[in-house]
Amino acid sequence: MNGNEPNPAATMKRATPEPQPRPAKAADGKRVDHARSAKQFLNAPEHAKSHDTRVWAMRSKRDKQAHTIEEWEELRQLASDIKTHTLTNLDTYLEQFEANAKANGIHVHWAKDGAEHNRIIHEIFNDHGVKSVIKAKSMLMEECGFRHYMDGVGIEIVETDLGERIQQLDGEDPSHIVVPPVHKMRSDVARLFADKLGSDPENDDAHYLAGAQRDATRPLILDADAGMTGANFAVAETGGFVVCTNEGNADLSANVPNLHVASIGIEKLVPRVEDMGVFIRLLSRSALGSPITQYTSHFRGPKQGGEMHVVLVDNGRSKRLGMEKFWSSLKCIRCGACMNTCPVYRRSGGLSYGATYAGPLGLILNPTFDAHRYSNLPFASTLNGSCTNVCPVKINIHEQIFGWRQVLAENGHLPWTKKTGLAAAGKVLASPKGYRAAIKATNSALKHLPRWAIYNRMNAWGEGREMPSPPDNGTFHDWYKRHRLNRDGASRNTPEN
Amino acid sequence: MSSRDDILGAVRSAKPGLDAPAPTVPNYDDNYPQERAGLVDLFAERLTMMGGSWHALGDGQSIVDAVEQALAEKLGKPFADAVIASNVPEVAGNRTLTNSDDPATVHDVDIAVLRARFGVAETGSVAFTEAELTVNAIAYLAQHLVVLIDPAEIVTNLHRAYQRDDFVSANYTVFHTGPSATADIEGVLVRGAQGVRSLTVIPASN
Repeated sequence: MNGNEPNPAATMKRATPEPQPRPAKAADGKRVDHARSAKQFLNAPEHAKSHDTRVWAMRSKRDKQAHTIEEWEELRQLASDIKTHTLTNLDTYLEQFEANAKANGIHVHWAKDGAEHNRIIHEIFNDHGVKSVIKAKSMLMEECGFRHYMDGVGIEIVETDLGERIQQLDGEDPSHIVVPPVHKMRSDVARLFADKLGSDPENDDAHYLAGAQRDATRPLILDADAGMTGANFAVAETGGFVVCTNEGNADLSANVPNLHVASIGIEKLVPRVEDMGVFIRLLSRSALGSPITQYTSHFRGPKQGGEMHVVLVDNGRSKRLGMEKFWSSLKCIRCGACMNTCPVYRRSGGLSYGATYAGPLGLILNPTFDAHRYSNLPFASTLNGSCTNVCPVKINIHEQIFGWRQVLAENGHLPWTKKTGLAAAGKVLASPKGYRAAIKATNSALKHLPRWAIYNRMNAWGEGREMPSPPDNGTFHDWYKRHRLNRDGASRNTPEN
Repeated sequence: MSSRDDILGAVRSAKPGLDAPAPTVPNYDDNYPQERAGLVDLFAERLTMMGGSWHALGDGQSIVDAVEQALAEKLGKPFADAVIASNVPEVAGNRTLTNSDDPATVHDVDIAVLRARFGVAETGSVAFTEAELTVNAIAYLAQHLVVLIDPAEIVTNLHRAYQRDDFVSANYTVFHTGPSATADIEGVLVRGAQGVRSLTVIPASN
């Protein structure tokens, strides 16, 4: 078919492509070790560089789009205010949404957690004899472990988003909420598709690979018994919901099979249709730097002859709503801008977070699911605040990251090395004399100790970096004593500049 | 208690006790072209940016000829062999759609010709509801989409678009902005990911 011809320049292959890095995942009940997994990712330098470049390109395109809109900052404030208004009246808007959706002929279900969500949908599928399902990407369904559950009961789920399909075929979690395989290079996809779809292993042209997947998935779409989507927004006023994709795969999933089931987190509500103007203008510009996704689809009721179900899911959201410092994280519209701008995310890859949500957003969401397992994550940040600055709904992400460090420390979730290290640092920094002595001792040690004594397993800082070289003329305090203090200790009055 | 009541109860007791009224959203369209022609130009420019094609009719050119001209090279087969499903009186087509069709059966369509309900200049989007589509799936299963739009039905921006009553009356309203696309493989832009491979918009008054 046209559009699938390989581009000869693009298929010129390296002798041996670098193998895809696969950071280790923490075992059940264990704490995620982000630093270790990030290191495993960085051990593949071509992948690390490609990832950094691509993710930063999205951030750059976002800036370009944002700068074309004079009212950009006003839109961010409006979006934030609309979400504040909605979340402070969420019970009312949920009831309004439910009533309107039912009036439109939608079946509405409520699920307290992932397990109930999966059970409800399993029952709907059983009632309809569903054996195969086509599905659009949904982070909520990732939270619920939906595909894993359906595997267990023998119902086939086919992801229709190209990126999510790649991750499904590879048995990996998505590493980015908008671009699930952003950590993969095309050589990885060529190998995977050759293995799973029978495509030419020597051809790693993106057009060829996307075409191979299109041709392989089309028959599965036509034969599916049910379609599933998530939702980017749910509108209380209409009882409808909005789904944004670039491939049109949500529209295929919703419109080809007769049965459409949508999973919607309770925080997705907005009050009115006119609110959508604000959010749609912000969403794709923030995510990918395009003015809008190729498809923005508004579902308000079943299609002719069809049946539509909506499952409203809590899964920890009502608990988060009650957290004074963290409730505003529920404003998140899952654009991924905070990930794209984060220096730690860009250089560590999404899989190193070992959680449903990677990047800054993940640092503040994951601990609400499992404080112990994700207790390392709020430390995977420089606290530079860039995430907060690009967030289209103005969540104070970096302040919440810091807030989580405090909460995790207070609740005894910090690992021993971090706890003792920070306690010792706290004592030293609280005493000027102790601090000066420590600096002197450190400088002396750096000057005189052999390398092996400094660069070892005890020094995490030194694993990837050189320690600073101590200044020859002593510490700042020594310098200050020589130049700025009289013998009696009073400050000299020397306006030098 | 049902899960519904549990969730609503939990939300009720957890929600922040702030007084936060809903803000008023301005239209933000004072700086858009005041002339229709200027708005149409802006629409065409944004559509092209998103990978769609703008095809103004040549002198005396019929819409059927325009469809052939726009798609002859993209089809991958002779135009005479193309399966064309048309929902507009301007093009006859050779494949009829009815709203009782099983959606999967329209997968053989090469070209679907539809009329947009309205367009959005800000993004170059065309909007359809189930009324224009007949079978919703046609807009995704067809290989190529040709869309007629009445220039009088192009609004400035998305704020204006969402003031239309389609969103409260139709069961399905969708913005198409260019063809199906993906950049999921190493950031390389590929048109025709899962849905249509191309989208051509022809200005034609209703």
